[in-house]
Amino acid sequence: MKITFDWLKDHLKTNLKEKDLLEHLTNIGLEVESVESLSADVELFKIAKIIKVEKHPNADRLKICDVNIGNKDVKKVVCGADNARQGLITVYAPPNATIPKTETKLTVAKIRGVTSYGMLCSESELNLSDESEGIIELSSKLEKKIGESYFSKSKLKSNLIDLSITPNRPDCLGIRGIARDLSASGFGKLIDQKEKKFNSKIKQTLKVKITKEKGQGCSVFGSCLITNVKNTESPKWLKNKLISVGQKPISAIVDITNYVMLDINRPLHAYDADKIEKRIIVRNSKSGEEFTALDNKKYKLEKGMCVISDNKGVLGLGGIIGGIRSSTEFDTKNILLESAYFDPRSIRNTAKKLNLDTDAKFRFERGIDPLSIEQGLNKAAKLIKEICGGEISKIDIQKIETFKLKNISFKPDLFEKISGFKISLQEMVKILEDLGFKCKNEKKNLRLTIPSWRPDILQEIDIVEELARISGYNKIKIIDPIKKRKKPTLNKSQRLFHFLQRSVASKGYLEAITWSFTDSSYNNHFKDSKKEIKIVNPISSELDVLRNSIFSNLVMYINKNLDRGFKDLSIFEIGPIFTGSNPGDQNTVVCGLSAGKKSRLSWIEKERNVDVFDVKRDVIQTLIEAGYNSDQFFIDNKTPNYYHPGKSGRIFLNRGKDQIAAYFGEIHPNILKKIDLKTDALVGFEIFIDNLKLSNKTLNDQKTKFSFSDYQKSERDFAFVVNKDVNAQDLINAVSSVDQDLLSNIKIFDVYEGDNIPENQKSIAISVTIQSSEKTLNETDLEKINNSIIQSVENKTGAKIRS
Amino acid sequence: MSDLKKLKDEFLSKLRGKSNLSEINQIKSELFGKNGLISTQFKKIGTIAESEKKKFASDLNIIKDELQSLINSKINEAENTEINKKLEQERIDITLPERSFVRGKIHPVSQTIDEISSIFSEIGFSVEEGPDVENEYNNFTALNTPENHPARDMHDTFYLDEKKQNLLRTHTSPVQIRTMIKDKPPFKIIAPGRTYRSDSDQTHAPMFHQVEGLHIDKDINMGHLKGCLNYFIKEFFEVDKIKMRFRPSHFPFTEPSAEVDIGYEMKDGKIIVGEGDQWLEILGCGMVHPNVLKNVNVDAAKYQGYAFGIGIDRLAMLKYGINDLRAFFDCDYRWLSHFGFDPLDVPSNYRGLSR
Repeated sequence: MKITFDWLKDHLKTNLKEKDLLEHLTNIGLEVESVESLSADVELFKIAKIIKVEKHPNADRLKICDVNIGNKDVKKVVCGADNARQGLITVYAPPNATIPKTETKLTVAKIRGVTSYGMLCSESELNLSDESEGIIELSSKLEKKIGESYFSKSKLKSNLIDLSITPNRPDCLGIRGIARDLSASGFGKLIDQKEKKFNSKIKQTLKVKITKEKGQGCSVFGSCLITNVKNTESPKWLKNKLISVGQKPISAIVDITNYVMLDINRPLHAYDADKIEKRIIVRNSKSGEEFTALDNKKYKLEKGMCVISDNKGVLGLGGIIGGIRSSTEFDTKNILLESAYFDPRSIRNTAKKLNLDTDAKFRFERGIDPLSIEQGLNKAAKLIKEICGGEISKIDIQKIETFKLKNISFKPDLFEKISGFKISLQEMVKILEDLGFKCKNEKKNLRLTIPSWRPDILQEIDIVEELARISGYNKIKIIDPIKKRKKPTLNKSQRLFHFLQRSVASKGYLEAITWSFTDSSYNNHFKDSKKEIKIVNPISSELDVLRNSIFSNLVMYINKNLDRGFKDLSIFEIGPIFTGSNPGDQNTVVCGLSAGKKSRLSWIEKERNVDVFDVKRDVIQTLIEAGYNSDQFFIDNKTPNYYHPGKSGRIFLNRGKDQIAAYFGEIHPNILKKIDLKTDALVGFEIFIDNLKLSNKTLNDQKTKFSFSDYQKSERDFAFVVNKDVNAQDLINAVSSVDQDLLSNIKIFDVYEGDNIPENQKSIAISVTIQSSEKTLNETDLEKINNSIIQSVENKTGAKIRS
Repeated sequence: MSDLKKLKDEFLSKLRGKSNLSEINQIKSELFGKNGLISTQFKKIGTIAESEKKKFASDLNIIKDELQSLINSKINEAENTEINKKLEQERIDITLPERSFVRGKIHPVSQTIDEISSIFSEIGFSVEEGPDVENEYNNFTALNTPENHPARDMHDTFYLDEKKQNLLRTHTSPVQIRTMIKDKPPFKIIAPGRTYRSDSDQTHAPMFHQVEGLHIDKDINMGHLKGCLNYFIKEFFEVDKIKMRFRPSHFPFTEPSAEVDIGYEMKDGKIIVGEGDQWLEILGCGMVHPNVLKNVNVDAAKYQGYAFGIGIDRLAMLKYGINDLRAFFDCDYRWLSHFGFDPLDVPSNYRGLSR
């Protein structure tokens, strides 16, 4: 909402300054979004004197003027004005100045081959008047002031103040509403505006009817006819008023309706009465009806939109936009002026369906004062008569509903209970009355009648806000918080989230945060068997689905970073993936990707590609750090199709295989090919936080009794030959199953295929530590254990010990 | 007797000037080896007359000690020289780079969330969460945002079905609803998380982060709200003096509502939060609307309190001098390395927020 202090003063008597105004506005909830200073640039315009005039060599109508701009500075300016002559004192605009009328910035420019340094201005170019014939002629008395700024401070127009009006305050979409709020808060006095009603004996002869039907969006339609008008350009005061808030003057009739709308937030519509076929019918539209609106677009209507029509058809959409067919023009003679009440819901629905946004719609959907119908007609009709002449008819009001003022019973104690500070009952009444409420004492309560322009006031709490807002939020006293905690800040799963986040980061991964949505073509690579979740109204086709996996985004961004010239990258994200479109259909995942090489260009270490055992280590170590026992982990090779089928695995926290804790592996090479990602190697992992069992134990409980054995331990190595498809894990399990108390530190220290080993077989060498907690084992004991190990491995895996 | 002296003098002169380890060892075995000269003298002791025995043994021991200690010190010296020579040969260029190591970083938004949680933890708030996909009731209706409110426009909300039943939450406020439906008052929670609006330009991203706050108890008024936020802002920006301004605003789910500005000034193109005379809006808040309490079956006559919503990304930008919101989600390796935090920098009450 754009206002000026000058316009406010039409409604407000105040001695305060603009600076105070800005502060006041913000303090009462009418936030000042920006102040457009009209003066900054204006100082560039200088009083100057033409000291020589020559004819332009290449253009008959142009002149080349030498202009004295003060300080002994003379500029050459090309000028087309007839009255440009030697000795004339006028106004000079230098390069870089912005011409107020056209809002164009001047530059040093060649005009028909002659360079012009600036411009000499007409009154119209400076928005001083409509005089565009010739440049400004100043009195010769100003000779002494050559070089000074033309605009003295007092001549400067009031600044344009842009307010951000919250949607609950339609009343402040009119200057008067703002003035009322200001006066209630002590910024001046609201000027009484009892408009004299015009008296007319002429009947309003155009019949108006509001049909009574379901969903009728119009409840009141007021109108009057003004006949024999002469539509002209608006007078200067009216034009200036509109220009001052950034509106473009069009014609007197349109300007007047706009003025009334801006002044008291009462939208009006003027029809060319001669173009209306017989009568006005306010009704619901029929499906498929069409009309051309004032924006020159043709709209096809759905059933049930509120239209103003005549016998021929639709004239306009009530409260949204008028139609071309009945629009006023400069030759319009007779006007029908409309002032109506439209239901906000109906307005919103229609505008949304037609994707239409107009000033009137913006106001009606927030709620127009239903009691301003007559006031608006009265104010506008009088202005039209004043400016365009003509005869005004009686006001005709058709309605299908009567508006009733609402009442609230307000308990004054509630104010302090909510706001934490006190104001007297007297103050309350004063504030409310200034805002337009009627107050009556009713036992302990205040009986309040809500002003018709405040559709936002519905209950007691709204009154508390009014009182707090106008008294000033600075009166709220700070009550320092108490440092007491009754519940732990984070629950177990939140703690796990934070732990995993930092644990993964500590392994060299940079944390990324990417959108929860992604490009479906990327998502398809990683969605596996999950359902695609489309966004109905995506912001772009590249962000059209919720992500089924974090990989789709990470892969995309890895690729971008590779393009930036990085070769070795590790990034991760912790966040949601989605499995359905209902609340709760999501899982929290830590997802990491690592690309390129380890030890690239190292003088000390041999470089190698990142590989599956790097990510396997990162995952396992992270899980161990989070408190899970790696002895219990179970790993197999069943992974989703976006992993390399032979170089990927999944991890369960225990052999019971209840829920998948993580996947890790190389990303499927086909995907890299399809998305054109070029790197030495790309490996990744996903840890499913929601699948990790939360420990009920405290750290204290997690520490078991400390025990160890001091008896001699011996290390034994075994080499087995086994079929290639047997997993190393099976051998380890077979060994450890022999005697978990005696055997520890079971390690694979060599895997070999090739010479001396039959085809389809491999050799696996295992080292085992054997130690008893009861005695030193002798050779016989050890031999027995050795044999059991060999037997167990051979039986369970089909392996053969290498002799 | 003189034999011993002779032996001693002979070997002392033999050892003089010797520094080669093997030569010294050679001499050592000549003297102290199994059949060495000194060893042989010791064997003689038994054959010597009783009267001279004591003296002979004593003299022999003295000579033995003297020679032995000389030899030992010679050996030591030689060994040292040899080791030093070896070490000298092993000298390397210690300015060569160390073995490579990598360290990851925590995203500034995550760090900021942890900072916020840590601050509110101190004054008794616990952390709640809610799903990213919400139903329209929790996101709008329950929050007193009637069906014809402009925030419901397609323009602002991402929907997952044509009927507009499921959507991506546009704020963290539905966590208020979930929390109050699930438990009984009093409530004292914060809820950080992802939020979504179909808005995308220089200062808006389609996804951003908010932290919701909710404190409902029997006598919680706007003074408590002001106190809580005043505490938070000072702790978060780690400054003692900061200007804060409450100004009336409007949100459907709070009444009265306020927006909070903090003071700042520009120094060398960087925002300095504190006592400058410019204002910057950082959050919205207010007293929870009775209609909202009614919707979650909390007795508004008995319980009241405040709620607030803070833009986390905005806070992070302010605190850490980040200019571009879009960069948060652009995953540029250089940006992540620059603005990221070491994973060991865990904000906590006892350590404080900063290292």
